[in-house]
Amino acid sequence: MTTALVSEKLAAFIAPFEIPSNVFQKEAYDNLIQLDFPTTRNEYWKYTRVGKIQNSKLKIQKETKLTADVLKPFLSAANFIVLENGIFRADLSHISVEGVKVDVIKPAFISDETKFNSASQQHLFTALNATYFSELISISVAEKTVMNEALQLLVVTSGNAVFSNPRIVIDVHKYADAKFEASYVALNADGAFNNVVTAFFVAENAHVVYDKIQNENNPGFHISTEEVAQEKNSRFKINTMTLDGALVRNNINISVNGENCETHINGAVIAKETMHVDNHTFVNHRVPNCFSNENYKYVLDGKSTGVFNGRVIVQQHAQKINAYQKNANILLSDFAQINSKPELEIYADDVKCSHGSTTGQLDDDAVFYLQARGISKEKAKKLLVAAFIGEITEQISSDEVKKQVNRILAEKHDWML
Amino acid sequence: MQELRKEKMSTLLEIKNLHAEVEGKQILKGLNLTVRAGEVHAIMGPNGAGKSTLAAVLSGKEGYTVTAGTALFDGADLFALEADERAKEGLFLAFQYPVEIPGVSNINFLRTAINEIRAYRKQEPVSAKDFMALVKEKSKLVELKDNLASRSVNEGFSGGEKKRNEIFQMAMLEPKLAILDETDSGLDIDALRIVASGVNKLKNAGNAIVVITHYQRLLDYIIPDFVHVLADGRIVKTGDKSLALELEEKGYDWINTAQKV
Repeated sequence: MTTALVSEKLAAFIAPFEIPSNVFQKEAYDNLIQLDFPTTRNEYWKYTRVGKIQNSKLKIQKETKLTADVLKPFLSAANFIVLENGIFRADLSHISVEGVKVDVIKPAFISDETKFNSASQQHLFTALNATYFSELISISVAEKTVMNEALQLLVVTSGNAVFSNPRIVIDVHKYADAKFEASYVALNADGAFNNVVTAFFVAENAHVVYDKIQNENNPGFHISTEEVAQEKNSRFKINTMTLDGALVRNNINISVNGENCETHINGAVIAKETMHVDNHTFVNHRVPNCFSNENYKYVLDGKSTGVFNGRVIVQQHAQKINAYQKNANILLSDFAQINSKPELEIYADDVKCSHGSTTGQLDDDAVFYLQARGISKEKAKKLLVAAFIGEITEQISSDEVKKQVNRILAEKHDWML
Repeated sequence: MQELRKEKMSTLLEIKNLHAEVEGKQILKGLNLTVRAGEVHAIMGPNGAGKSTLAAVLSGKEGYTVTAGTALFDGADLFALEADERAKEGLFLAFQYPVEIPGVSNINFLRTAINEIRAYRKQEPVSAKDFMALVKEKSKLVELKDNLASRSVNEGFSGGEKKRNEIFQMAMLEPKLAILDETDSGLDIDALRIVASGVNKLKNAGNAIVVITHYQRLLDYIIPDFVHVLADGRIVKTGDKSLALELEEKGYDWINTAQKV
């Protein structure tokens, strides 16, 4: 070891992993060892304990073993790329979209450090990703390309107790219209930890839609960070559906750098048993004349826990900003818990901003109304819950993905849709 | 013997000595009522008499406790059934205040209901095509616009549309016994006529209707065979349709006074 480790907890966690030798990751490693696992004393980790991850004995798997047949049920688009524990599987992928290029870059060949060294190096999990990722997957959408159908990113965590660090950069050039759907699945991956970093560069007048379906089986850990930079006149929309996972934490950080931008952040969480799902979003309005809208809905059953933290900053010179935020939650059991915190920091004086958070149970009158028409109580509740989440599901752009989501809800949560 | 059996077969609802309370407060205090197939009963009475409580208790709403008495519905012990099972057995409640349910479409909800009822009766689910044909036919009955059928349940409906939607649902579900809980409240005269004519078209020798109302107005359109006056948790007077007119004229105090005498 070249530098003394600050934290014993971190030292124990990374002990099984090889210290990287390439320049990019060596630098990331030097940064990493200055950091430590966040505790609940940290404001942004107040309700999410990462002790289970911290105490895991994980391994980084370089060999791949997935076959096409096991992936079939998870495919929802004609064009797709498959990542197995962060490693690109060209043999299992299919990309034939004009204007869309996928490059796979080994860490040793990364030269453009500034672009891939996103702002959040100070956070342990992004720093871990930077240190241990196997390949950088770079997806580029050329100027004026219009993608009629989404490109699917099938991100698979495979093998028990693996530590997977997918790292993806999506560059959408000027006037392009791009659609992606990220499906996270875990196959024979009990206790695995998928630690994802995805960066988006949304150029002037570009439009991006990103549907993200998290369906990694319990028990499994998932922490993902989306770093988004929007240039002027661009539109970015992300829909996150969290349907499974023992511990899921999503960090969405959007920097709105150009005027006349539109930003949409939607999320649905359907949790049961002891699932813990934490969404932290951050929209940084740095310039005037932009619009952002955020809508997150949680349905929590069993002993599950939800965390929502929606942070919006409107900087001093960012006048004429419209920023809206909504978080609505339904608790289906007496043991489920939600911690909801909208965080608006407004330094400009000519803006329209709102936020609201509601938490409740299903409307008894509505349940009875359905029952009085012959629908069993249990089914009535399911209908109402599905209707509640429907507002988010409707935002998903692809019908195939909607079908997938509904299938998962039916299978895993016994929903009727 | 033969006579007796025939009589028994046609009895749809038989309530005996019904006592019920809400939040510890006794509302129904020994109510008796027998409804036979082919009959229309009107239950009238002053505010707080227990009219809506009766509807709630019969349809199985939570929060109402039956403390004494029995109710047989088509031979089955009504109070032993869950609310949805009562509906599956053929009981229908047209709500005084139909609930708005955003995100659940009228159509999907009704199809789910019909198929659950059919499954309960060990029948095959209705096909999409047959179901849509049924929707078209039945929505005409209450002059419900097609787009209302596909909208979220009662969401953004006017008062009149909500009540028409109740009768539309009744038409779709074809209950043995329908309880109309103040279906006339909040209706203008045209809507009242449409709703009443819908109900009249659904009436036949095999089913029965219980109309709960404050006013005689609705009974001009849905002609009752029996009019009962509910006061202080019991039926204190029963007569034919002329009783409703008399009540309209003299008010409920007249009954109260008459009772005391």
